[in-house]
Amino acid sequence: MFYNHHFAVLIIVIPMFLALLTPIISLLKMEFAWYMAMLSATASFLISMSILYHILSTGDVILYHLGGWLPPIGIEYRIDCLNGFVLVVITFIALISTIYAKQSVAIEIKAEKTPAFYTVFMLFLLGLYGMIVTNDVFNLYVFLEITSLTGYALVAMGSDKRSLMASFNYLILGTIGATFILIGVGYLYMITGTLNMIDMSRLLVKYYDSNVMFTAFAFIITGLMLKVALYPLHFWLPSAYTYAPSAVSAVMAATSTKVAAYVMIRLFFTVFHIKIISQYIPVAEIVMIIASISVLMGSILAISQTDIKRMLAYSSIGQIGYIVLGATVLHSAALTGGILHILNHALMKCGLFFVAGSIFYKLGTTRINDLRNLSRIMPLQAGAFTLLALSMIGIPLTGGFVTKWYLIEGSILSGDWYLVPVILLSSLLTVIYFGRVINLMYFSDNSSHNNIKPIKAPLGMVVPTIIITFLSILFGIFATVPVEIASKAAIEIMGGSHW
Amino acid sequence: MMIEFIAGKYNYWMASVLMMIGFYAIISKHNLIKKIIGINIFQTSVFLFYISIAKISGGTAPIIWEEATKYDNPLPHVLILTAIVVSVSTTAVALALVIKIYKSFGSIEEDEIRSMSVEETANRAAK
Repeated sequence: MFYNHHFAVLIIVIPMFLALLTPIISLLKMEFAWYMAMLSATASFLISMSILYHILSTGDVILYHLGGWLPPIGIEYRIDCLNGFVLVVITFIALISTIYAKQSVAIEIKAEKTPAFYTVFMLFLLGLYGMIVTNDVFNLYVFLEITSLTGYALVAMGSDKRSLMASFNYLILGTIGATFILIGVGYLYMITGTLNMIDMSRLLVKYYDSNVMFTAFAFIITGLMLKVALYPLHFWLPSAYTYAPSAVSAVMAATSTKVAAYVMIRLFFTVFHIKIISQYIPVAEIVMIIASISVLMGSILAISQTDIKRMLAYSSIGQIGYIVLGATVLHSAALTGGILHILNHALMKCGLFFVAGSIFYKLGTTRINDLRNLSRIMPLQAGAFTLLALSMIGIPLTGGFVTKWYLIEGSILSGDWYLVPVILLSSLLTVIYFGRVINLMYFSDNSSHNNIKPIKAPLGMVVPTIIITFLSILFGIFATVPVEIASKAAIEIMGGSHW
Repeated sequence: MMIEFIAGKYNYWMASVLMMIGFYAIISKHNLIKKIIGINIFQTSVFLFYISIAKISGGTAPIIWEEATKYDNPLPHVLILTAIVVSVSTTAVALALVIKIYKSFGSIEEDEIRSMSVEETANRAAK
């Protein structure tokens, strides 16, 4: 596959330039904005595939020095197995959501605002790519803020006026989280004098007992937990996902918290050595307990929701807990499960929000009670929803099963057996909240609706939903490829990537 | 001993105090503009913290000069310039949101907006 040394930076530069060009080009014709977004998403996806292929075939880590300045002075982009994998997942979701966005944005956002929407959308994705590839903690903060700022704007573009308040709350909490990360970075810089992650982890060895490092760690982890939306710090998430435009909900639910979870894994294992989180500070245990609570509470709160998007948002809080669990069990099998769940959950949640968006597109509602007989009105969407729900529950032959298998294996092997009931109980709760919806969709026999004709959603929305559902099942049956990459990434990162 | 602990590290104390003032404003104020002011104070405290750690005793501004023996560390200044830009953009987005909120709800008091949102939800459910 074609590979160029500059690909690592082009993945940021291409969306940035296209995003800046979009408002100008769409002066000619409004529709061009979507083509620009498509171009950027396709380019990013192809580049990330090429990067991952290069990493897997040659086995080396891609290092790119911006402007030719060598680290620790210059900013460095570093892509290893873990980054490469997450990057492919995120760029794929970006591509498929951009295809989906065309129809859904056309009805949810005013025509004159679409160029602005796509510009912000591309900047949002660019920030995510940046967070993934960068190897510089301050650069990470900047990209995090790019993603967050554009995220606030995207949420506020929802057609419902409550989206504004959701966006404002997201802004307040997101800024607190980002500022906490900034303080933590400041403390780390104080003691190490470097911002490069690899260099920092090498210099931190002397300070494993230092209180400054503890403080830095506490601030960074709290900030990240806000961004990941673990249970007690999740308040911004449900409203933001509920009132955002459908395409934005899909892409945000599938990417933003996952990238934050990736950053958590990266900081745990690359910057702070595994020794710190297991021996010096009981962070792994604390975060593991928080993640377990998050897994259970997310599922419990999802049961009582009346809006399908809000239900999916709460289920996101539970599911993100799995990824964090995988990172904190400190066993390579569990970490494999966590990394795999980045892929599987991104696919499932993206697909589920696609279905919710298609329902909103055709029926103008997302209330669960309005979904009666959906299997007859929109059979395809109801079918996709059911398959994805099965994957969320973790039925064998779906992606969700593979994740849970590895998580459970890891927690048994590392001796944290009490996580097994947590994971299984959460699966049961998932059955309850999805079962309720599926029951309404298929088995609420309402004879007055018998003569209802199926409504077809536009092809631009149906095809992405089918592709996502298909992949979600495919990665459950033929799980070897993602499992191999994820376990390679897990072993690589747990072995400590010191110089 | 105690005085040394407080006076010797007064930059950290100031940063912490400012940070808590900002945090308090964010949590306790119901007015959205006051919340934004709180966020600004909160972020500024971190900027001051960064700037203060750049100072080296006896150091001068980081410009090449024959009489200088030590230079202050310019890197935190540069980082904070970036962070200030981020902070300004956050404030801009927040203020734009407040304008939109005021236009659609007619209020910038959080509790009033919340009760209106709850009403809105109930109305939609009734339909």
